[in-house]
Amino acid sequence: MLFEVTAEPLDPQRLVDAVRRDEAGAVALFYGVVRNNNMGRNVLYLEYDAYPEMATRMMRQIAEEMMAAYPIADVAIQHRTGRLEIGETSLLVAVSSPHRKEAFEACHALVDRFKEVVPIWKKEVWVGGEEWIEGEAVK
Amino acid sequence: MAKVKVRLFARLGDLAGTREIEVELGEGLTAVDVYRLLCERYPAMAGLNGSLMYALNAEYVDAETPLHDGDELALIPPVSGGCGVDDR
Repeated sequence: MLFEVTAEPLDPQRLVDAVRRDEAGAVALFYGVVRNNNMGRNVLYLEYDAYPEMATRMMRQIAEEMMAAYPIADVAIQHRTGRLEIGETSLLVAVSSPHRKEAFEACHALVDRFKEVVPIWKKEVWVGGEEWIEGEAVK
Repeated sequence: MAKVKVRLFARLGDLAGTREIEVELGEGLTAVDVYRLLCERYPAMAGLNGSLMYALNAEYVDAETPLHDGDELALIPPVSGGCGVDDR
């Protein structure tokens, strides 16, 4: 398991290496990437804020939820903070499992859960304005 | 009196102009009481109560959780990490 919040560029190979197991035939790797548009606005860049100590703790918690719900071998998650340009990677999730189906499914479910509970926020800066984006309030 | 460190993120940090505040509270006051106190200092924070969550010492807690001396309370607006908001 590997859980990190960092201002440095993310390192996919390190995540893959962290979850790889001799008995696991599949590693699913998800990239969340900064895109150039949102709700019709031309996005210039994003700025991510985080509560790092809690974010890594919540990453571990949701990884453990997924390990309990799916037959997967291991999980690694990294999120970047600070200013990110279009095309840069904000989130990496790696999941290993014996077979590919579970790796894909658990990775998908984990990203959904991540976006509900991990205390990280993005500010969108576009031509002519900026705004902190807030997700759905969940309990 | 209980001295509590309050951490503010994202929009709340911008509204307060700082990301960390120390407040003194009477014993037994709760997480949501801190939010009410901050609303008096920073009126622009009013109206967020329905969407805010609270973390006490880095764990989510109920708004009515009592605070104690030395606690760290974080006010957590709806999170928005990862990639776009609409790409489920």
